[in-house]
Amino acid sequence: MINALLWVPLAFGFVGLFLPKRVVGWWATAGAAATLVIGVIMAFGFDNGAAGLQDTVHTSWISGLGVDYSLGLDGLNLFLVLLTALLWLGGIAFAAFREKERPQLFFFLMLAAETGTLGSFLSQDLLLFVLFFDLMLVPFYFLFGAWGIDRTAEGGPTAPRATLKMMIYTLIGSLLMLVGAIATAIISAHGGHLTFSIEAIQQQGLPVGSQRWIFWFFAAAFLVKMPAFLVHGWMPDTYRAAPLSTLVVFSGVLAKVGAYGFLKIVLPLFPQATSQFQTVLLLLALGSILYGSVMAFTQTNLRLIAGYSSVAQLGFITIGIFTLRADGSDGAILQMVNHGLVVGAIFIIIAILVERSGTEDLRAMGGMAMRAPVFAALFLIVTMATLAMPGSANFIGEFYILNGLFQAKIVFAFIAISAVALAAYYALRLYIGTMHNRKPDGVLSREISLRDGIVLAPLVLCILALALYPQLILHRADPSVQQSVAAVTESSESNLAVNE
Amino acid sequence: MSGAGFAAPHVDYAATAPIIALTVGLVVILMSGVFETTKRWAPGLAVMTLAATAGLLLWHWNDQIDLIAGALRVDNLAISISLIAIVSAFSTILLSIRERAAEEAGQGEYYALLIGSVLGMVLLSEAENLVTFFVAIETLSIPLYILCATNLRREGSLESGLKYLIVGSLGSATLLYGMAFIYGGTGSTDFAGIAHGIQANGMLHDPLILIGIALAAVGLAFKTSIAPFHQWTPDVYQGAPTPITNFMAVATKAAAFAVFVRFFVVALGPETGDWQLGLAILAAISIVVGNVGAIGQDSLKRLLGYSGVAQAGYMLGGIVVASEKGLSSLVFYLAAYLFMNLAAFAVIVARERETPYGDDIRGVRGLMAERPSLAWPLTISMLALAGLPATAGFIGKLYLIEALVEGSYTWLAVFIAVGTMISLAYYLRVVAAMWMGGEETAAGTSAAPGATPVISGASPEADPVDPEAGRRWYLLAPAVIAAGITVFLGVIPQPLVDFATHAGSSLF
Repeated sequence: MINALLWVPLAFGFVGLFLPKRVVGWWATAGAAATLVIGVIMAFGFDNGAAGLQDTVHTSWISGLGVDYSLGLDGLNLFLVLLTALLWLGGIAFAAFREKERPQLFFFLMLAAETGTLGSFLSQDLLLFVLFFDLMLVPFYFLFGAWGIDRTAEGGPTAPRATLKMMIYTLIGSLLMLVGAIATAIISAHGGHLTFSIEAIQQQGLPVGSQRWIFWFFAAAFLVKMPAFLVHGWMPDTYRAAPLSTLVVFSGVLAKVGAYGFLKIVLPLFPQATSQFQTVLLLLALGSILYGSVMAFTQTNLRLIAGYSSVAQLGFITIGIFTLRADGSDGAILQMVNHGLVVGAIFIIIAILVERSGTEDLRAMGGMAMRAPVFAALFLIVTMATLAMPGSANFIGEFYILNGLFQAKIVFAFIAISAVALAAYYALRLYIGTMHNRKPDGVLSREISLRDGIVLAPLVLCILALALYPQLILHRADPSVQQSVAAVTESSESNLAVNE
Repeated sequence: MSGAGFAAPHVDYAATAPIIALTVGLVVILMSGVFETTKRWAPGLAVMTLAATAGLLLWHWNDQIDLIAGALRVDNLAISISLIAIVSAFSTILLSIRERAAEEAGQGEYYALLIGSVLGMVLLSEAENLVTFFVAIETLSIPLYILCATNLRREGSLESGLKYLIVGSLGSATLLYGMAFIYGGTGSTDFAGIAHGIQANGMLHDPLILIGIALAAVGLAFKTSIAPFHQWTPDVYQGAPTPITNFMAVATKAAAFAVFVRFFVVALGPETGDWQLGLAILAAISIVVGNVGAIGQDSLKRLLGYSGVAQAGYMLGGIVVASEKGLSSLVFYLAAYLFMNLAAFAVIVARERETPYGDDIRGVRGLMAERPSLAWPLTISMLALAGLPATAGFIGKLYLIEALVEGSYTWLAVFIAVGTMISLAYYLRVVAAMWMGGEETAAGTSAAPGATPVISGASPEADPVDPEAGRRWYLLAPAVIAAGITVFLGVIPQPLVDFATHAGSSLF
């Protein structure tokens, strides 16, 4: 089952290469839908109370090197897997309605990227994780470069150049992570049997000295992927170059792999280093929140507003994880899913807005709500969720995170809380700037088409459903989160005991 | 028989059979070139010779035999490296079909020289004595000097041959000088005898031996194009006929690395602590110089030349740690490198023949739309050389890094990671040219040697000779099969890992 979940997208994509242009979009949509169905079936079979892995697959892959093909579901990745499957379905369906050059290749790459992303969520072997983490980026290189938009007219880079920048930035991190992963396995083996199994490495443990530098190798990979403040340099150019239907999944899911990596790998494997560098990471995350928010309400390009708001939101999620408390991390998991849904919907909305107005500039837009009440309503729900309106699941996520932060580091909490107000400003600015005000000439106010509505409505429904019942995620994630966090708290307590 | 005490050493003809087969094949091919009717059999005869040699080598798999009084040794390391050289030579024969260079130089001579070079490589990978070591390295090199210059009417080719001859001779002389020091210190030419002599004569850490080691390392660094002794590589790679570049890039490197590791681990084993750091620094320099040098190259052969310098740096890491895993990872990487390079060179040969751009990056612009069957192999090759997952290149890097970290050379592993990151800048530029049309490159920026015209490698004869070259089986098949193997080994690497582990166990 779990094998099917992982490989179905790639298989559909491969077959799609040989199909005629007209049907390949539908074929790809069917592939993404099939993946989602498998994911949902697995979610129903998921044992809620358990902390350990479920639906595991474990076979030796490269025996000489200690690498295993080992997959599994737990409370940490279950909903991220579902989010991945859902957003990919949305992104692919949205693209399937539109004309494309070389559609076979486009959809093959999209589906290959889905397999890569699912692989990094499902991997229970450290090296397999690193492999999928790198692999999921490769299709996006081609998607952004070959189907992207050149910005030379605005003084920006061409699409291949922007994409190259993204590749180099993100691979700096992941290549160092490869070295870090290998070092982790070798050091923890203590000359014995070499294994990359995350569980086994956690049991064997690492000396604190090694943890310190390996921690940063991993953190570099995850922070760049998010992107976090100071390593976000690739983000603006890439977001401007990328086709919007790919940004739905790129912004919605790939950023979360970084946050997930902290919870899945960094906390359990490098507990002492984590508690040592907690403050540094909190500072970085706070930087992300403030910088992302400020940039989001000064930008005029719709993509960049959404992009910088993601930086801020990912900052929030990082803070939740590095409270090193169960409530903060629970909130982080919930918020990862929330933000994925919200930002996925936002990019679909932006794509529709851009089609109606022919521009991406907020200043040249407005008045679009006039003849489009349904579209406006859907957009408004998404906006309210983005600014974490009480009643939305985002509110609950942020509440958990801030609650954890107040218990952990109260000073940071006071600064972070201001970000909630900033989020309200940039989210409402986006909504008002496009939907309200006077309608400039050339901007079309038209109701959302049925086809786009079918893509957007399920995402909005999921946002609403989570708002009503966030426990759906919290209950299932909590046991696994407790485990990850306990690794850190136990080790820091034992540290204190040694020091005393 | 005057009985002067000379007892002819026992010759194990079964184990020397591969060498005999190559020699016989060489003579037959050379003779075939004499007659007009038999001339065109040369490629076929060369393929038969290689097949026979490969079969005879596989027959001795898992044997460990010392031959001719310890001058040569057949073991899994020698066999695996020889097989890599043979596969590379086989692909070179395919790429040479309808190659101008082969026709100009005369079919018989061209293929005889190629087989002669393979003979040197097989000898070199088996060499266990300073004398056979040196004879083999010359047997390998001299045919290559000539082969580089076989494109008689191209200035670049002649220049390439001459340059290779001069620099190669310098390398050989340095190596010989180093050997003299080592022989002087230990009184033995035999690898095992040297190791024994170092300890028995109390020469451990003696300056005499250390100078010898340094000179030998420099000589071998010339042959494996390790920076800062790599300057010949881009020029020679660019000037030589492309099939020959394909052969040099992999086979020469493989054979030279085989003797590199055998000499350093077996003969200089007692001095391991002295040479490890030196080689590690050479590897690091090579990684930086190769990767930085490749950025901005418009000639694909030059680009692959610089990339070869960087890759040699990665591979040297496998020797630095002087462990079984290090050697296995080296063999794995060399085998993977064979297929990654072959896919690229087959496409370059095809584009050289069908476009007027020679090996310039403009020749592959828009290839994905024009000829997907060529664009996919080149894309896979570039991604694999850059070490991206799902290719043999990733597993190779993983293997090397694991060996380095286990051998406490984590800093060199970090260098590999950083080098790989730099390498993306130029590998992906080629990919971008194929998929995205690429950026405009300013004319005349290609840093070609001498008076090469604006388009690198171009001269009147570089005009398209075969507009359908990209559809010919002898170019398409190597490209597609090599790319397929690259991906296959990235997904199911276990067979090659087993192969490499066997090779690695032969010295430790």
